[in-house]
Amino acid sequence: MLRTLWVWIGIPLIMIGIAAAIVIYSVNNPPDSIVARMLTYERVFRVIREHMGLLLVSMTGATIVGVAGGIMLSRPSLYRIGRVMETIVNIGQTVPSLAVLALFYTILGLGFRVAVFALFLYSILPILRNTFAGIDGVEHSIIEAARGMGMRPLRILTRIELPIAFPIIVAGLRTAIVINVGAATLATFIGGGGLGDLIVTGLSVHRDMIIVNGAVIAAITAILLDYLIGKAEERVVRWS
Amino acid sequence: MIKLEGLTKVFKGHNIPAVKDLNLEVNEGDVCVLVGPSGCGKTTTMKMINRLYEPTGGKIYIRGEDALQMDPIKLRLDIGYVIQEIGLFPHMTIYENIATVPNEKQWPKDQVKEKVDNVMSLVGLDPEIFKNRYPSALSGGQRQRVGVARAMVSDPPIMLMDEPFGAVDPITRARLQNEFLRIQERVDKTIVFVTHDIDEAIKMSDTIAVMREGELVQHATPSDLLSAPADEFVSNLVGRNRSIKRLHLIRVSEILEEVDRAPALKEDTKEEEVKKRLDESDIRTVIVVDRDNKLKGVIGVNDLKRKTGEVAGDYFQEVSDTVTDDATLNDALSVMLEIGEGYVAVVNEDEKYQGTITLGDLLNVVREDS
Amino acid sequence: MDQLLGMAFDAFRAAGNGIESIAQAGDRGIIAHTIDYISRRSDLILELMLEHLWLVILTLIIAVTISVTIGIIISYYESLAQTVLGICQVLMVIPSMAMLAFMVPLFGIGFTTGVVALVLYSLLPVVRNTYTGIRELDPAIVEAAKGMGMTERRILFKIKIPLARPVIMAGVRTAAVMMIGIAAIAAYVGAGGLGELIFSGISRGHQPMIIAGAIGVSIIAIAFDYLLYYGEKRFSVEGSTREGN
Ligand SMILES: Nc1ncnc2c1ncn2[C@@H]1O[C@H](COP(=O)(O)OP(=O)(O)OP(=O)(O)O)[C@@H](O)[C@H]1O
Ligand SMILES: [Mg+2]
Repeated sequence: MLRTLWVWIGIPLIMIGIAAAIVIYSVNNPPDSIVARMLTYERVFRVIREHMGLLLVSMTGATIVGVAGGIMLSRPSLYRIGRVMETIVNIGQTVPSLAVLALFYTILGLGFRVAVFALFLYSILPILRNTFAGIDGVEHSIIEAARGMGMRPLRILTRIELPIAFPIIVAGLRTAIVINVGAATLATFIGGGGLGDLIVTGLSVHRDMIIVNGAVIAAITAILLDYLIGKAEERVVRWS
Repeated sequence: MIKLEGLTKVFKGHNIPAVKDLNLEVNEGDVCVLVGPSGCGKTTTMKMINRLYEPTGGKIYIRGEDALQMDPIKLRLDIGYVIQEIGLFPHMTIYENIATVPNEKQWPKDQVKEKVDNVMSLVGLDPEIFKNRYPSALSGGQRQRVGVARAMVSDPPIMLMDEPFGAVDPITRARLQNEFLRIQERVDKTIVFVTHDIDEAIKMSDTIAVMREGELVQHATPSDLLSAPADEFVSNLVGRNRSIKRLHLIRVSEILEEVDRAPALKEDTKEEEVKKRLDESDIRTVIVVDRDNKLKGVIGVNDLKRKTGEVAGDYFQEVSDTVTDDATLNDALSVMLEIGEGYVAVVNEDEKYQGTITLGDLLNVVREDS
Repeated sequence: MDQLLGMAFDAFRAAGNGIESIAQAGDRGIIAHTIDYISRRSDLILELMLEHLWLVILTLIIAVTISVTIGIIISYYESLAQTVLGICQVLMVIPSMAMLAFMVPLFGIGFTTGVVALVLYSLLPVVRNTYTGIRELDPAIVEAAKGMGMTERRILFKIKIPLARPVIMAGVRTAAVMMIGIAAIAAYVGAGGLGELIFSGISRGHQPMIIAGAIGVSIIAIAFDYLLYYGEKRFSVEGSTREGN
């Protein structure tokens, strides 16, 4: 019980506390007027809000589309297309995130919405691939046993295939989140805002304090999310 | 009960049919064992019966009804299926695995629980120990038994069992086979059973269907198969020592009636009597039982010489193994070889003494038949 | 929540606009412009490409040396392994922009910053794969080698590393592809390479430049992925590739 509390609340709070401490210290002790002007609570909150907006919207969309798409492609009627998609997705994942954002900028222009859309599409890939691969990887004999016992296809999907594929789907989600959090810091280059804003501002005015603030919050967000999903992963899978 | 007419399956992209024009009828309450070399179409035949595979041609009748016209889901819910690869669900506990079909049929919870505990004990898995384990924590043989329990939990009138005891050790296997036969005597399910073990086939079956390259070579009772194999293929399959294989066919209880051996001695029998009976005995040994006719032990000539008391109850030797009356003669032979004696005592389920059979008795059986 | 839904809605409307813009872009002949740009500035692009490759290959060599060493060491000290792998995991999870930003106060703007950040990033895949590659060897093989009187040193170099090589190579491949992408971002802190085209293209609104940079980086990444994939296959013992992750 105490351990659970520590794992789920204690450690996350410590991480958030570190970030908060750095921000509070920096805002209250600006070394010069430039930092004082550019590093305010208001600004920090704004970029955090933007950042979370980028993550939440793109990840929610990507999860829905990725999982649904993966399930659909794993159905026997679309399975062949699924295998082709797998190859395309693998190549797509090799394309660096900066290149993806840049290309979307050339097509759609600047802005938050463009950044969200690019992140959304980019994050679909690992989720789609892992959902497909996870379901595809369920041993044929297990499906056949289920069919042989008179289970209907939909029941087999929900009671057998998805639960068995679940750890792999979650691993895909985890990959997507890590990639997404990383790419979200690049959104600033195409006018998408977020924590990258602070870093880029800091770099352009040569103020390490602003850079470090942006970097620390971004890093802690990423580490925290990865940590939480990792812990959830451990809890969920009791078998094997 | 199950009738296959001209059943044929050609897999997509294959030229040769996996099953070709198969005609087979299994009567209600019978066990039909399919045997034949690997790849001869046994599994394919089974999967057509529960319509996991759609036949390319031919008919399947179940209780006179055309199975190909029935709703496959309904059909399968009433056919217990033990898949060759076992196919346990790795993310479910043993309990959940076995409860699958009852849950699909939405039985009440406590009835499911009772039934699951029941079948688990039946296949020799202690529910308290195994219920909450996951399949990954079981040995191959244990998993296979879960597979059997899962198929029979809802008491389906028909069972398809694809090598259900393949991964079980010989001792447990013999136990499961006997258990299976005992249950079968009571419930009379119609069963199609695949095995590679010809001894198992002879022991378990009412009829044996020998297949080869997708075709039925011979369908006969085990005894007919042994005495009149259709061709060389079949006689090679059943092996050289066919007379010994007959021992699988006969239960101990059947010959006990014929062999007329003197009754066992009570514990309070005096030396005189023991000596007399020892002299008369063809195996130079007498059996000692208690007042309730429970087996106590045996007395041989040497035991009498070195006797340590007045009555038989004081100096008998315990026996290391016995057979039950529903065991086959082959089981009896194994026990004799194991304990290194020319006889074995037979007891019933309540350990009451039923009689003794000897190597000589077995020899007579083999001789009579051939 | 309303705000989020609003954002989501906006984003998908943007997608709609995007399809229009592609059509418009086609009108303006952006593809033709890009081809034109590439042919005009092929020398510059080539130079940046070589710079990019140099950065990646140099860091890859450094990173693989360090990571394989760490991986081997922790394969002997189980208690150390989880901690080290945990640290590597954290390093890789840190957004690349943040990592580069951390390096700037320490190493200033330039090539060094890029190299250090890239090395830190590539630790996890190679360390982890070296570790698991060695740990997951059939213990019977190592036992047999010991039984034949081989020293631990010889077992490491003659048995463990060669057998774990396919798994290690898979890690190197992951690391390399990742590095190519991050190297592009590192251009922002002065590490050079094709990223420069993307960044100056964005700041000048010069679309052909951006496309040339983005496509160039992608091609390098895909090419590396394929080359190393075949490398993996060649290295694998008797054609048996084991994936380790
Ligand atoms: N799903 C399938 N698709 C294509 N061919 C198949 C399929 N299942 C079986 N076959 C082929 O059909 C033939 C019969 O296979 P089947 O599985 O029925 O053999 P079996 O008698 O059960 O063998 P075993 O004793 O090895 O289990 C084999 O040649 C096999 O390769
Ligand atoms: Mg088979």
